[in-house]
Amino acid sequence: MKPRDVWITGVGLLSSLGEGNAIHERQMGAGGAPIRLDETSYAPYPVHPLGDVDFSLQIPKKSDQRQMELWQRIGVYASGLALADSGLAHDPDLLGKTNLVVAAGSGERDTAVDAKILESVGSAGETELLAKEVLPTALRPTLFLAQLSNLLAGNISIVHNVTASSRTFMGEEMAGFSAIENAYRRIAAGQGDVFLVGGALNAAREDLLLGYELGKNLWPHPYLPVWSRKVDGGGFIPGSAGAFLVLESREHAEARSRKPYARIRDVLTDCCQRRPGDATRTFETLFSKLNVSEGPLAVMSGASGVEPVTSEELGFLQGLEDKGHQVAIRAHGTRLGHSVEAHFPAGVGLAALALASGQFFAPSDENWVESPLEGELSRVLVTGAGHWRGEGLALLERVE
Amino acid sequence: MASQYLDRKSRPLVAVTGMGVVTSLGRGKEENWLGLASGSSGIRPITRFPTDGFKTTIAGTIETPETQPYSAYELASEIAEDAITEALQQARLEIGRPFAGPLYIATPPSEFEWPLLSDLYRHGSSIQSGSAYERMLAAARTGQFEAYARHLEFASIASRLQERFATIGEPISICTACASGATAIQMGVEAIRRGETQMALCAATDATVHPEGLVRFSLLSALSTKNDPPSKASKPFSRNRDGFVIAEGAGALVLESLASAQARGAQILGLVTGCGEKADDYHRTRSKPDGTAIIGAIRGAMEDAGLDTVDYVNAHGTSTPENDKMEYFSLRAVLGESLERTPVSSNKSMIGHTLIAAGAVEAVFSLLTLATGVLPPTINYDEPDPELPLDVVAHKARPARVNSILSNSFGFGGQNACLVFSSLKEAMS
Repeated sequence: MKPRDVWITGVGLLSSLGEGNAIHERQMGAGGAPIRLDETSYAPYPVHPLGDVDFSLQIPKKSDQRQMELWQRIGVYASGLALADSGLAHDPDLLGKTNLVVAAGSGERDTAVDAKILESVGSAGETELLAKEVLPTALRPTLFLAQLSNLLAGNISIVHNVTASSRTFMGEEMAGFSAIENAYRRIAAGQGDVFLVGGALNAAREDLLLGYELGKNLWPHPYLPVWSRKVDGGGFIPGSAGAFLVLESREHAEARSRKPYARIRDVLTDCCQRRPGDATRTFETLFSKLNVSEGPLAVMSGASGVEPVTSEELGFLQGLEDKGHQVAIRAHGTRLGHSVEAHFPAGVGLAALALASGQFFAPSDENWVESPLEGELSRVLVTGAGHWRGEGLALLERVE
Repeated sequence: MASQYLDRKSRPLVAVTGMGVVTSLGRGKEENWLGLASGSSGIRPITRFPTDGFKTTIAGTIETPETQPYSAYELASEIAEDAITEALQQARLEIGRPFAGPLYIATPPSEFEWPLLSDLYRHGSSIQSGSAYERMLAAARTGQFEAYARHLEFASIASRLQERFATIGEPISICTACASGATAIQMGVEAIRRGETQMALCAATDATVHPEGLVRFSLLSALSTKNDPPSKASKPFSRNRDGFVIAEGAGALVLESLASAQARGAQILGLVTGCGEKADDYHRTRSKPDGTAIIGAIRGAMEDAGLDTVDYVNAHGTSTPENDKMEYFSLRAVLGESLERTPVSSNKSMIGHTLIAAGAVEAVFSLLTLATGVLPPTINYDEPDPELPLDVVAHKARPARVNSILSNSFGFGGQNACLVFSSLKEAMS
């Protein structure tokens, strides 16, 4: 059977750049420095927090909001934007056949409770004892469900009534690659017609910073663009973001008269062991399977700034010049921070917006890695490189 | 592809050619099946940590010399490796040679464990003042705790297994709460049906019996508090059921297109002929009172398999008042009067609820049921709930001719996944 065309018919973005597609297009189009950067609250770690968000616009019930931690509210909000954008919102028949694929990480810990326990006792044995005495009174029974990865999906189903199927993928950035790839493959093969897919991250969290700093993954210096961090060993600046997409078979979209932002030509992923040179070779192999014709190629890079993988990805991208591609690279992490599970969905969403408008985004980096696109914008290569594991490529094309 | 290798919907038939399992009843299929068929319980008092003050003090834990001191990450990884190794051996696939397909692995969330937090805090306090997290971040910055990063990476169990078993491509980590194990299998079935691969390795693992885990489920009033004797606590479909018993386990299946399996002369242990899922939009821990989501998942699996009835139901049967009631009503809604003649049992009466792993562990037991013609019992069915009139296989195993089995998995967060397993004979008919 010939694979079916997969269209992107809805985009929902919430990040430190703001809320909604128009703002993201405008801010990415203008280039320049990040819009929101907090270099003091978690010093020495900069983070990109969200601005003010009225969550009740997408999560009307206060009781629902109370049951969610911020990462879940961000995700439920962004998924609501995507559903509205694609005309699925509030349509029970369509929502009942909409499949959900979520890329999620850990839920949020109550850091005040953790601190209370740790400050009261010293030894490990006592800690356990206190955990037993303090946690039962300090944890609200339902809120600890905010610590389960699949509860972002659960909340999206509850608030937006998306109920066909629901799967949550984990594995940091890989979760985002898997989510998009799985939805794409199921639509292409006729295993589903319409999917809501994406992820969310709340960057402004000490427990999240601690998890990533254990592996020395964070950038502990004043802000620099993604491509400029190598001199000091690299690292990522977490950015709060929710990024959800509606993917749909062309037939299904046409039957309900929806125009696409873009067509997904293919999504390919892998996971190498990251010996020196592995990541570059993996990207090269995946790229060769995409059969990209020569000529100008816009790239929405998901580089995080973590080394050496960021340099390895750049090596692959710059090597494309030798193969006849004039690449124009943009790293969205430079503008909105690294959103881990949500980062690849965000890159695909931004690429879709650019393709629909016909305008690629402005360069925003002082190292001349990012250069203007020569020629017309007809396709975008979206890359994803996990800070520890995972490589992903998606090729998006303009639909005339 | 030749038609004998396709199902009624012209999709590749998906066979199971290898299985592995670890539970509180033992390591491997043999120990587990002996225990299950004889109605033994793996539930014991928790000795891993002091349980004074807990309302629930029992669990189906797995204790191994290799994983002392306990760490959820280490134990979950180790039992997953054991289950997968057993599955590959049965499928006659050499360990260490590349596995010709992807890995779908259901894993518990990667979380901070208290001993680690405590270490970080102690070390951080000696170099930094300020809040607890400022101190722990200072400790992390020293780089001395880098080995613990793997405990916090969600990709780490999957990557470890991918490296060990040399599976193809990105390993996929899945969480649909207590339906995760079934979802992992469903993902493999779908990939083979898409024609992307001839083989898939599908596994699930959970080893989260730790104080915080116990506290959380206690707060939801989900756990049985009938600690004495431990073996009597899990009593699915009984009138006096009062919650599930938390447990650990791992299950693994080698899935293979029937065409590939027969071409290489592999033993066919059964087929996965139906997958169904339906998400609930009602509540975070309760299912919709009208049962539409659970009914949708069961119906989806039956329709996918092209069946109206099955010979046996391997129930989710957690032993919580809510689950068992909803499961009965949903089964009744889909299977109708045939349910009265369909034997049902819950493996959880003996092994407890292995949470993330349950769908895969119970898939292995369903396939063993299919292969042996022995229905494992539901133990502790001393006081049948009159409102749930089911043919529960009570106390003792029952011989039966079984060609099709429905296995249910329902999760917190409203994610439900059901699978249908068939004998080769049934699938080819």
